[in-house]
Amino acid sequence: MSAAIEFRGVARRYGEVRAVDDVSLSIAPGEFFAMLGPSGSGKTTCLRLIAGFETPDGGTILLDGQDVTDRAPYERDVNTVFQDYALFPHMTVLENVAYGLRVRKVPREEQRRRALEMLELVKLATLGDRRPLQLSGGQRQRVSLARALINRPRVLLLDEPLGALDLKLREEMQIELKNLQRRLGITFVFVTHDQGEALSMADRVAVFNQGRIEQLDTPRTLYMKPATTFVARFVGGANVIEGELAQRLTGAAQPFAVRAEKVRLRQVTDAVPAASMHCTGTVMDVQYHGATTRCQVRLDSGELISAASTDADVAIFPSGSLVMVEWSRDAAVALR
Amino acid sequence: MRSSAKPHGKSWNRPSVGARIAAFAGLAFMHVPVLVIVLYAFTTDDRTYAFPPPGLTLHWFEAAFARSDIWAAMRLSLSVAALATLFSLVLGSLTAFAMARSTFRGREAITFLLVLPIALPGIVTGIALLTAIKSAAIEPGFWTIVAGHTTFCIVIVYNNVVARLRRLPRNWIEASMDLGADGAQTFRFIVLPQMATALLAGGMLAFALSFDEIIVTLFTAGHDRTLPIWFFNELFRPRERPITNVVAVIVMVVTFIPILLAYYLTRSGDDGG
Amino acid sequence: MTAASAASRSGVLRRTATFLYRRPNFYLGLLLIPPLLWFGTVYLGSLFTLLANSFYAIDEFTARIVYEPTLATLRQVVTQPAHIDIIVRTLTMAVAVTIACAIIALPIANYMVRYATPRIKALFYVGVMLPMWMSYLVKVYAWRLILAKQGILSWMLEACGLQGLLDAVLGIPGIGGPSLSSSYLGMFIVFVYMWLPYMILPLAASLERVPESLLQASADLGARPRQTFWNVVLPLTLPGLAAGSVFTFSLTLGDYIIPSVVGAPGYFIGMMVYQQQGTAGNIPLAAAFSVVPIVLIMIYLSLAKRAGAFDAL
Repeated sequence: MSAAIEFRGVARRYGEVRAVDDVSLSIAPGEFFAMLGPSGSGKTTCLRLIAGFETPDGGTILLDGQDVTDRAPYERDVNTVFQDYALFPHMTVLENVAYGLRVRKVPREEQRRRALEMLELVKLATLGDRRPLQLSGGQRQRVSLARALINRPRVLLLDEPLGALDLKLREEMQIELKNLQRRLGITFVFVTHDQGEALSMADRVAVFNQGRIEQLDTPRTLYMKPATTFVARFVGGANVIEGELAQRLTGAAQPFAVRAEKVRLRQVTDAVPAASMHCTGTVMDVQYHGATTRCQVRLDSGELISAASTDADVAIFPSGSLVMVEWSRDAAVALR
Repeated sequence: MRSSAKPHGKSWNRPSVGARIAAFAGLAFMHVPVLVIVLYAFTTDDRTYAFPPPGLTLHWFEAAFARSDIWAAMRLSLSVAALATLFSLVLGSLTAFAMARSTFRGREAITFLLVLPIALPGIVTGIALLTAIKSAAIEPGFWTIVAGHTTFCIVIVYNNVVARLRRLPRNWIEASMDLGADGAQTFRFIVLPQMATALLAGGMLAFALSFDEIIVTLFTAGHDRTLPIWFFNELFRPRERPITNVVAVIVMVVTFIPILLAYYLTRSGDDGG
Repeated sequence: MTAASAASRSGVLRRTATFLYRRPNFYLGLLLIPPLLWFGTVYLGSLFTLLANSFYAIDEFTARIVYEPTLATLRQVVTQPAHIDIIVRTLTMAVAVTIACAIIALPIANYMVRYATPRIKALFYVGVMLPMWMSYLVKVYAWRLILAKQGILSWMLEACGLQGLLDAVLGIPGIGGPSLSSSYLGMFIVFVYMWLPYMILPLAASLERVPESLLQASADLGARPRQTFWNVVLPLTLPGLAAGSVFTFSLTLGDYIIPSVVGAPGYFIGMMVYQQQGTAGNIPLAAAFSVVPIVLIMIYLSLAKRAGAFDAL
């Protein structure tokens, strides 16, 4: 079975800037795929390339095994949910949702019937006659979802769909989107800069940086085994040890990552456990996060290390005290 | 718009009585002449411009409507304005579509070109068109008038349409195409409804401009007389002044109303769009 | 309409739409060709013909245009004393009108922007734009009525007992005349009236851009309102003044209707152009004369640009 979406060496330039720089990936049918990265990393451009709003300067794009690189957006079996929803203000909610059928010249009655069906799917069946401007942000988002799904596309693209929602709404929508995707069984491709969102919703995540994919893996692998310093820092905020310190601790100059929860604080005079690395430093800040307590320690060599713990005992090292930070050798993940 | 009960500004910044008088007096000054015209259309005195008018009557309106030369001039003005509006709507919209989104070399040159008919004084446009007409050995008449009017009405339509198009979020066109509509369908279902007010406003402004135009028309009209030209000729004749006043009121109404409507259209477009 | 024909009809339209979608440059060209063609032939062509004509001359004897390039006509315009008179007269009027408009517009614009409540401000904006929308010719005509020998203005002055003042003013050579409606003073008043909105609006826009905090700082440092106005507000609104002056200057320079309707016998550039192409049939001279305002306006535009007028527009 061919991949739902495939990029082969795709590139997109704006003048001197390489927005997308030789990106290749393959998304399986029915997958919930996330493209994660900071702004300007190229993830949104890639999404737009899939949709057809932009044409690549190099490489090929395939949908379901067919080369669609030159095809207009209306010739692709892909639909998009826009970041600001892009609902047409001069049409009612029902007309917005039915738009995809209208342009395919589906008879009026059937348009109405299917549009109502979609609205029921997103639980907005009673709001068909309202105008988009009269709806709340969350409601507008559902309408744009319904609108994008009415043509039963093979692939649904979502451009930072939850960014404008407040925390509670966002969490609700995350669960709903996941359920929706499982029910419909279609491929979802999801762009976000929020790593928590990507990790919690996606089957696989592509981490973008400066137009390239740094790592493409399942959320768990990304978190436990980041491949590069960028991924280590961006996904889950691990400690990255590089340069001289890395040289001293491991004997090699290769950087490595240690998750904050693997870092332990000890008295400077404690004995060092076997098979571990350690350094000394001063506690700069202790933050209470409810379930966890985080400590920022300034090492003698200058770097800032985060230690996170669910135990209360990390609190015996108040700000300004000298500590030893230590972690087992296994906890260190080598990075590129 | 909330009205505030207390005066605007800090107490150290309140305007002096003189400043207030100057401002309102200036504003009133700007409106007096028009009120005068309307007044004089009803005067019973037909010899002089004496003030105050000895009496008021509707007689001159009757007389004006009976004059065939006024009707002929009116017909000409209306048909010229209608055609000029139509042409400038088409040409102005085409230009607006081209300029609204794309960036290309020569873009600034085109903006400059469009503004030129309005930037250079009417006399220059007028004499230029006339020399061209004479050189091409064309007989000045209906079509030369229309040609002149269209040329500076294009920028009026262009300004309105391009401003509206620029406010149209690009997303909407992408969303429409994403859902399966090609360029033609997107235009029909999404762009055109949004542009409607701008087209209407631009068209009405163009109509008013064309109807009222005298400066360039005097050069391009040859022997034909639009209503402003009729009016201009009458200015130098002493007889039947009140009829001239009536025509002035007619011209004012026919030009003022479209402009007012266009103003409200563009304003409400801002809130609703 | 069967499904098949509907599909085929949309097929052609869709194919064209897609064709144009894939070739944005071609589509752009297609859009621009009709208007550019129009502008090129009708407008630019006319301008070119005009300039060309200014290089021709009229044969004294046959009164026909001699199609040989020469600077004679242009030289005529700038060297003949009568012509220089005309140019100077028009230029003087344009400058005077510009200054007067600026002086009158400032208090109005200042009040509008700084002191008016939002509702009053809206009233002012509409109140300034309204006369702009009124028919040009009707406004000119209205003034002729007002300034006429027994018109409103003289009636008002009589009522105030200022008739003597009016006569004295009309007696001043150079600006006076038999009545206001046939004097330079009258013409001046009409010009100022006509172009006032064109000065007020850019000025108001420029004043809006002066931050309130600057005025507060000035007051805080001890300046009275008038001092703040002269030292802070006025210099900052120079771009707006420059922008407004572009309108008043070029509109006055090229106008030929107002001098003929409300005017003293002296000729203005516009009148000269109109007359030369009409009764005299001397197109080259008319063309040459029209070059003068073009040149003057170009010079003024570059000066105004330096003062920041185009940023204010």
